[in-house]
Amino acid sequence: MNAVGQSVERADGRLKLSGQAEYTGDLRQPGMLYGAVLHSPVAHARIASVGARAAEAADGVVAVLTAADLTDIDPYYGHALRDRPVVALGKVRFLGEPVAVVAAESQAAADAAVTLIDVAYDELPIAASLETALAPDAPLVHEKRARPGSAHGLGDLPDADGNTCYSYSFRRGDTDRAFAGAAVVVEGEYTFPAVYQYSMETHTTIAHWHGGELTLWSSCQHPFLVRQEIAALFGLPLDQVRIIVPFLGGGFGSKSYTKMEPLTAAIARKAGRPVRILNAVHESMITTRRHGMTARMRTAAAADGTLLGRECQAWLDTGAYADNGPRVTATAGDAAPGPYRWQALDVQAHCVYTNTSPSGSYRAFGATHLQWIAESQLDEVARRLDIDRLEIRRQNLLRPGEEVRPGGKPLDADLVGDVEKAASAIGWSEPPARSAARKRRGRGVSVGLLAAGAHPVSMATVRMGPDGSVTVLNGTTELGQGARTVMAQIAAGVLHAPVGKVVVRGTDTRYTPYDRSTGASRSTTVAGLAVQRAAQDVLNSLLETAAAKLEAPPQLLTPVEGAIRDAGGRTMTHAELVRARFGFDGGELIGHGRVQPEGGSGSYAEGPVFWEVCVAGAEIEVDLDTGVVTVLRTSTVADVGKAINPQLVARQDEGATLQGLGNALFEEMHFAPDGMLLNDTLLSYRIPAFRDVPAAMRCSIVENGDGPGPFGAKGCGEGALAAVPAAVVNALADAGVPMTTLPLTPERVWRRIRELKIS
Amino acid sequence: MTERISATINGEPFTGEVPAEELLLDFLRDRLGLTGAKQSCEVQVCGVCTVLVDGDPVSSCCYLAADVDGRQVETIEGLAGTDFHRRAADAFMRHAAVQCGFCTAGMLLTAKALAARGTGGDRDGIAAAMSGNLCRCTGYVSILDSLTELLGGQP
Repeated sequence: MNAVGQSVERADGRLKLSGQAEYTGDLRQPGMLYGAVLHSPVAHARIASVGARAAEAADGVVAVLTAADLTDIDPYYGHALRDRPVVALGKVRFLGEPVAVVAAESQAAADAAVTLIDVAYDELPIAASLETALAPDAPLVHEKRARPGSAHGLGDLPDADGNTCYSYSFRRGDTDRAFAGAAVVVEGEYTFPAVYQYSMETHTTIAHWHGGELTLWSSCQHPFLVRQEIAALFGLPLDQVRIIVPFLGGGFGSKSYTKMEPLTAAIARKAGRPVRILNAVHESMITTRRHGMTARMRTAAAADGTLLGRECQAWLDTGAYADNGPRVTATAGDAAPGPYRWQALDVQAHCVYTNTSPSGSYRAFGATHLQWIAESQLDEVARRLDIDRLEIRRQNLLRPGEEVRPGGKPLDADLVGDVEKAASAIGWSEPPARSAARKRRGRGVSVGLLAAGAHPVSMATVRMGPDGSVTVLNGTTELGQGARTVMAQIAAGVLHAPVGKVVVRGTDTRYTPYDRSTGASRSTTVAGLAVQRAAQDVLNSLLETAAAKLEAPPQLLTPVEGAIRDAGGRTMTHAELVRARFGFDGGELIGHGRVQPEGGSGSYAEGPVFWEVCVAGAEIEVDLDTGVVTVLRTSTVADVGKAINPQLVARQDEGATLQGLGNALFEEMHFAPDGMLLNDTLLSYRIPAFRDVPAAMRCSIVENGDGPGPFGAKGCGEGALAAVPAAVVNALADAGVPMTTLPLTPERVWRRIRELKIS
Repeated sequence: MTERISATINGEPFTGEVPAEELLLDFLRDRLGLTGAKQSCEVQVCGVCTVLVDGDPVSSCCYLAADVDGRQVETIEGLAGTDFHRRAADAFMRHAAVQCGFCTAGMLLTAKALAARGTGGDRDGIAAAMSGNLCRCTGYVSILDSLTELLGGQP
């Protein structure tokens, strides 16, 4: 049976179930020291002095790293903007910023010594919110414009303006005319909170310098981009920086790009021994997070429900350093129109520095920020025009092949079919069930698109040994999504090999071929295509050998389970073919697969590789006396072209649904005006638990074979996170409580119920 | 200051000195090399450091190693290979209830304690009893399916 399309068992499942799977924090290198970071206690200040002598003299301490140790390197990194120093240089820009690092013989010794470092700060005015950072006289988080990083992929970056480090805008048509001719205009101001990704494994890195070369074991999603940034920092050739990626305990974007690697490499360089830095949760929470946002939006429609125009301005709080903020901002801007036909659009999205911890990638970024706003305005248009909310979507949704944005990839999905599935799964056409007294029920659906795939560059190598066993080398990080299983299925599917004969190893940049990144739902589609091509290369060699040995024309040869068969029914197994080719029990077939931009630069503007579909439905019940919103059922649509492993596809949607419910209902990082994160533990920052699972969760898998990946596949796993909050917001509005601020905490909903005098 | 303890760890006797302030999690991971229990929240919320002490699930991140004196400790390394683990692993594999795997050991150990207590197979009851174990990957449904199947037949 061909492995592709089967819910085969996870390749790493039993290893993880037995506790044997190794994560970075489980590794011990000989002579390894333990690192502890000194975090700034203030959000914005000049550093007057750093005194490290007492810490250096403390028991067990081997080295203390301060800014003074960075004079021989270019100390700034950042793939979008090179704005971040390895440790604070001259000034600190957020409360918690690393100022110094101690390496000691034990974690306890390092933790104790860190308290002995004496830093004098001259405090500066603080801009800890979008409002203060955008004020005319706002203190500047960065006085100088940073150099562009090596992987921003956003073309020419505009000049900075105050604390705005990047702006993305586009206009189409004449919005004045569109709004002037409208029968209905809906407008509003909206707030989306800062959210923590909370991968259960915190950021963990071990660095070891040996013979001038640097090896890093790191919980990173994008090892090749980390290698590039580390090499640039320390002035090393790429091949003298080696990144090894063990299993990751979740990522969700929090481990994308460069995080703790520069700091760990720098202290290990000074200590002359391997050093590990293992973040506590409160440290990971200030390492990266999702952008908080404020936005304004206006939507105009004709009396028959035809959408006319939309204007949107959004300001995303990227914290003290850009990290992936510019890309998040651009993706948010692209999500503002939604997948609809418009006469006119005017969208501006701004990425704003503040004196808070840096924001970066979190699953479905940009789309999660805007979809709930865009879709709630569409519902409001439908309500005012008395049009069914599903019908107005049918009426205005783009059809496959239609332009989503000028010069970019046309729509490659059946969104009408998708949203109808999501609606039907929550009983859209059934009469609403009666709610208890003082409770109201509502239903909502939402549709959106997420530009997916990132830059389409991935390589893979497939090796087949003389026993017929297959090894796949590909740089995709296994962070829980099941990449190793899916890559094995793809290779097995091409080769007609038993999936159990295929092994996929973790990344070691010394041996694993280049893969841009593990994110943007790209792995199955882009890296999977490289694996498919590499496996095909091996299959071609097998066919070539079979043609010679069986003296059969190649076109009459058929791959069958573990073998090649000729028209007469004679077969040679994979092992026999490899041995026959080399004339002894040895040798191996090596196949190469490469994915690169086809007919274009592969840039963001010309992309995306595919449009990830963000479609969901939700039914909720709201308690008018308490403001508690209970999600009764959810539906999501995984429009994946071809499900290589349907069970893993469903898991992606289920996980994204729960994260979406967390984002919609209660997850929110609170920063005080002085820049302090007030809820930096799991006691005060709650994530969804078993009790938050809705009574019914339905994931529909749509397989239209319309993806650019292997076997017609396209990625999934992020769309539901953007779509579920929007569906919940729309369901709550359907119950009579329209909301413009997330999360939908009981207090916030209760206040709104009082404000609207709902009884 | 150290304390002398005698305990049974995964069926094996352990006698030795431990620092009085050492956490059970660090003791297991750093001293004994039992890295199946993981560190995450450090405040007894997430459950990834769960181990069994005399059969009860505890958060080893907030439990002193010295306090296992005279007790039996079971970690995932000890659970692995038992009949319960085989049945649990089969259920988790069937439902693809393992993703990143960081929470998995804690889930299985809490489930073992539930099974030993004879907590029945009611889905809501299991969900309530498992509320001390978080998972950020799966959406919980597959874990609930696995545990309902696993514990469903129990009295």
